[in-house]
Amino acid sequence: MPEGPASEFEQGSSLWKDARHRMGQNKFAMGSLCVLGLMILLCFAMAWFCKDPNKVNLVNKFAAPSEEHWFGTDALGRDLFARILYGGQVSILVGLIATAVSVAIGIIYGAISGFIGGKTDAVLMRIVDTLLAIPFLVLVIVLQATLSNFSGEVTQWIVDSWGWDKQFTSRLTNVVPLFFALGLLGWLTLSRIVRAQVLAIKEREFVEAAVALGYSKSRILFRHVIPNVLGPTIVYSTLTVPGFIMYEAILSFLGLGVESPNSSWGVLIKEGANFLETEIQLLLLPGLFFSLTLFSLNFLGDGLRDALDVKASKD
Amino acid sequence: MIKFLLGRLMQGILVLFTLYTITFFLAKAMPGEPFTSEKNVSAETKANIRKLYGLDRPLWEQYYVYPKNIITEGSLGISTSKGRPVKDIIAQSFPNSLILGLCALGFAVGIGIPIGVLSAVRKNSWVDWSCMGIAMIGICVPSFTIGPLLQIYLAAHLPGLKVAGWGSPQDVILPAFTLGLVSAAYLARLTRGGILEVLSQDFVRTAQAKGLSPSKVIIKHSLRGGLIPAVAYLGPAFAALISGSFIVETIFQVPGMGQHFVNAATTRDEFLLLGISLFFGFLIVVMNLIADLLTGFLDPRVRIADNPE
Repeated sequence: MPEGPASEFEQGSSLWKDARHRMGQNKFAMGSLCVLGLMILLCFAMAWFCKDPNKVNLVNKFAAPSEEHWFGTDALGRDLFARILYGGQVSILVGLIATAVSVAIGIIYGAISGFIGGKTDAVLMRIVDTLLAIPFLVLVIVLQATLSNFSGEVTQWIVDSWGWDKQFTSRLTNVVPLFFALGLLGWLTLSRIVRAQVLAIKEREFVEAAVALGYSKSRILFRHVIPNVLGPTIVYSTLTVPGFIMYEAILSFLGLGVESPNSSWGVLIKEGANFLETEIQLLLLPGLFFSLTLFSLNFLGDGLRDALDVKASKD
Repeated sequence: MIKFLLGRLMQGILVLFTLYTITFFLAKAMPGEPFTSEKNVSAETKANIRKLYGLDRPLWEQYYVYPKNIITEGSLGISTSKGRPVKDIIAQSFPNSLILGLCALGFAVGIGIPIGVLSAVRKNSWVDWSCMGIAMIGICVPSFTIGPLLQIYLAAHLPGLKVAGWGSPQDVILPAFTLGLVSAAYLARLTRGGILEVLSQDFVRTAQAKGLSPSKVIIKHSLRGGLIPAVAYLGPAFAALISGSFIVETIFQVPGMGQHFVNAATTRDEFLLLGISLFFGFLIVVMNLIADLLTGFLDPRVRIADNPE
């Protein structure tokens, strides 16, 4: 029998195709995507062509915007445009890396909890409930204060034993604890979402088939279950990125995060607030970049979540 | 109900104990000395000071002495940087934080919930779009940008409002507004979502089919169910207000607990750190309990789910 052309059959529409279509319809989400793309391009590509963000020029402080300094200069005569772009690198990286850390922990924890089930599941989820009830910012402040206290010693050790550039190393040891302080504490809600997904996937036929084939439990978990929860989890985690960026700014504002002369959007807003009465652009411009990024991330996350219909379920 | 309360109480104690354990060991892990300000002190004096605070004892003993003192003497230890009992520091600064937090919460509920209801009722109209747009601004613009802007554009021009300080009753207005804005925005979004979900249900259609006026359908039939997500958020919202107050207290120079906490974290004042963390944790456990009770009151399904028998 000759096979009929494929077009005779109803073309199935996959989950991702549906989701792409729904995303395309959402003007806010698409607009946000463009803004974010532009922001990343500015902070990570454009920054290479900018002036040195740490070059102090006390003669030219508080300069008005000009052709040389697009956004003018700050209290130490540093180019504000360059500082905003470099600060953006730190802020965006904090958001992304902290999210990556928390996704990694959340997926493994949630998947194990949901997959094993029974008593183990009950105990693991009780632990999450308990940790969730602890005020997040309190823990982050304590953890960050502890971690950042070591940064001086760690810098010295790296410089001594590996011979790295001191300025670069101290910049690194200032920022890296922040990634972990936030990431180590941010996985709790994610693990719940993963668990709910795993519970649903566990009952599907392909898992049954894998069990029937006699595969080991860990193989089923890592090869069959986790890859299938990855997509929705990563979508949901888009919504945690703006949260982490906000926490970075809060910690920096309190003097517990990124420290001058390094810049991040939180540091810039903090510095700008000191010269509010005369030089309001020092507060407004970093604030604008910061808010615009958070705005787009939130709209994008909302749009992605609606498009894929990911729900955080408690049970 | 009693079983539910007991369960929550046990969980609350567990939460506080976990918080204590984490904070204790993190504080111990901080490098350096708590008494670094007194640099020219002999080793002997230093040892005596350490002894006075009980810091010379073995770690496990310190670990159980602190909670034991809380239970038997109601003492939260003595601040190593200020030399005063932690309890006094909290007693002095907490009322200010509480007033600020409650005003902010009142503001958030008073603004956020009506905006959410309005948005839900006028779904997909320009009213809805602008309300949700403003809510998004509230979430995305940090309080440390809004606060200074309010200081320069409102406080400096309006009579009666001060740029910073804490003395007369109207001094609470600007900090409370700044602090409550984020929670108001979240509440508005949650209320809108909750009401929209209820409005799509059959009993609402029945009520509409009976010919009830739209306002009656909203007030009598949708509000109770639609407010559940917002009420459940009140516990976390209170936590957010207290944590957020670290920043707002700094901006508006409110003599609250936040500054002490941040100072304790940076100066390695472990008793102050432990005392304030536990106090925050306690407040949040209590607020979550109240939010749970309110949710159970509004939503019969929760009561049934928690009492299977």
